[in-house]
Amino acid sequence: MTRRRAELVVAALLVLAALCAAGFVAVYALDAIPDQTQYLGLALGAAFLCVAGALLVAGRHLVVTEDGESEYGHPSPETAERLVDIGDETVAGIRRRRLLTGAAAVATTAIGAALLAPVVSLGPVFDLAAMARTPWRRGRRLVDEEGNPVPASAIQPDEFLTAFPEGADPEEIGSPIILVRLDPASLRLPASRRSWAPGGIVGYSKVCTHAGCAIALYRAPLFQPAEQPPGLVCPCHYSTFDPATGGTVVFGPAGRALPQLPLRIDRQGNLRAGGTFSGPVGPSWWGVRRGRATS
Amino acid sequence: MIRAIARVLEERTHAAPFGLKALRYLFPDHWSFLLGEVALYTFIVLVGTGTYLALFFHPSTAQVVYHGSYAPLDGMQMTEAYRSTVHLSLDVRAGLLMRQTHHWAADVFVAAIAVHLMRIVFTGAFRKPRELTYYVGLTILGLALLEGYLGYSLVDDLLSGMGLAIGYGVALSLPFIGANVAQLIWGGPVPGTADFWSRMYITHVFLLPLAIATLIAIHLALVASLHHTQFGGGRRSERRLVGLPALPSYAPRSLALMFTVFAVLFLLGGLVQINPIWLWGPYHVADGTNGAQPDWYLGWLIGALRLMPAFDVTILDYTVIPNPFWGGALFPSVVFGTLYAWPSIERRFSGDRVRHNLLDRPRDVRWRTATAAAFLSWVLLIFMAGSADRAYILFGWSYETQLQIYRVLVFVLPPVVFWLTLKICDELRRNEEVERHRHEAEDEARAAANRV
Repeated sequence: MTRRRAELVVAALLVLAALCAAGFVAVYALDAIPDQTQYLGLALGAAFLCVAGALLVAGRHLVVTEDGESEYGHPSPETAERLVDIGDETVAGIRRRRLLTGAAAVATTAIGAALLAPVVSLGPVFDLAAMARTPWRRGRRLVDEEGNPVPASAIQPDEFLTAFPEGADPEEIGSPIILVRLDPASLRLPASRRSWAPGGIVGYSKVCTHAGCAIALYRAPLFQPAEQPPGLVCPCHYSTFDPATGGTVVFGPAGRALPQLPLRIDRQGNLRAGGTFSGPVGPSWWGVRRGRATS
Repeated sequence: MIRAIARVLEERTHAAPFGLKALRYLFPDHWSFLLGEVALYTFIVLVGTGTYLALFFHPSTAQVVYHGSYAPLDGMQMTEAYRSTVHLSLDVRAGLLMRQTHHWAADVFVAAIAVHLMRIVFTGAFRKPRELTYYVGLTILGLALLEGYLGYSLVDDLLSGMGLAIGYGVALSLPFIGANVAQLIWGGPVPGTADFWSRMYITHVFLLPLAIATLIAIHLALVASLHHTQFGGGRRSERRLVGLPALPSYAPRSLALMFTVFAVLFLLGGLVQINPIWLWGPYHVADGTNGAQPDWYLGWLIGALRLMPAFDVTILDYTVIPNPFWGGALFPSVVFGTLYAWPSIERRFSGDRVRHNLLDRPRDVRWRTATAAAFLSWVLLIFMAGSADRAYILFGWSYETQLQIYRVLVFVLPPVVFWLTLKICDELRRNEEVERHRHEAEDEARAAANRV
């Protein structure tokens, strides 16, 4: 490309960039074109692309491309030595250097600790009681997402239903439970939980004990003899819990069973809590009891 | 005109010698040296688009009922954070372009840094005297990961919430201090208090960008102070640097790259949909979805969490180390720890304490290349394991079987890759040797023919 021609190309690309930018403003101002986002992106992207093209042509054909040479630098120990000397000079008049160094270290540590102390206000760092609290109490009614009571008849086999404690905050980690109906004959709950599943309906915390995601999948076998048994599955890392045995882990990385909520059916046929969870809700932490289900 | 400005400025600043040095700074020419520049230019887009988004985003967990222009969400309970993000995406003019460009830029930013890091490792650019540059760069990568995670968490759509729940699970799993640390950060059990959103917001829009920008400045200052590394050959040597001066030669090219990066990001932001949060819906503690994936750069952590068998350290009935610790905390610590320690490890094994300005060709340092390739294959495999759920949903491959295969492969593949890389390096060098001999023989023959 001749120099003259390159200059023309650069100028043309810059004018084109200006046109694209103007197009961007036009699309933005009109606000009546369908797919506005696409045209905005296209116009702005094209404008930048034209500028890039202009610079490339200029870089190749209009400026000198010639390698330069230089020596790599060297470290200068003498200069570093002089820096140290200046430091030495500064403290030369101090005799009891170790005493002062120690005192300065103590002061720095104390002031640092003082400045860090207000961090404790961020959360109940030493009070972990909140982590064990759930709104579930004996006799508390179950409600669905709309806040309506949950009749036992609403729980159908092969389906799951999410329920919350009546009047509580549904956004609390201890609130949501997952309900499924199993064949009562297939239940193999620990002896102490025999009465927790009226009519084969079992309820578990909906928060996975591995990393705290919601147990949003229910694996219900279409043909029981040939397929895997029912499982409550967390979509985050596929921890799978057996609803028939008290929420024990059958697959995946979870370390402890899903906490089970005892259920009962009141006189109106609605589900109520028969107590609180069998163990702590949510992901495990240091010191939490695994609450091994003993049968 | 320009001369007048230069003169006025010099009289007020005495900065001309510095400017002269900057304009004559030499850039050795190799395509792989552009990766860091791509990351730098992407960062500019991130700051620009992010600032625009912050003008419309409300970092609030106040519960509201949606009555906006997007009908499918009408009447839904959601947080103000999510509502304002849907609003800025669908109702604010150019809002969606800025949000999608911001998201694409975040993905490209981390990708550019990661590939840049591979270039540095495979060519030995981290060696003395450039270890500090390398550590600073690694730290930028770590902060960028956290910054990206906070960015998509702030939106409070369904995927945000699931990601934050996992983050909480990992924080809880830290031995001895986990529960206390998590309570401190979240202000209470997940999903945390309203304060938690303020904390994420200030960290995402101020603390981390400031830290990253500062580290970028230090990184560039170190690069400039020590000068670029270069590949050997020609007049280039350990002592002599050969490259294009910023002006007149290099600046137009670099600026062209900058505008290309801008163009690609805005084209992606305008034309290729990313994270359509109105389709995911708002997050509630009780909600989850199958096949949920984080942004690509957290895939390695999801993979590690998935791969880890059910193993908690326990004493009697008490949990000591819960499972998420292995994949969510220990694994990234091992990866970053290895990367930070690599210059020291290599020095110990090679005994090489000399200053280096010339880069290694990967084939010439076969053991380093093989080790790095094996390490990379290990991380990539775990990264791929993170997508086992997608493979299950898309292709129907049994999730359990996939995991069993991955669990074997993470032990088998790295040694195989190590051995294979050694062979490839040897083969490449042997071919070069053969070529060289052939050229020598041809030259000799030609010389002999000329004599005759």
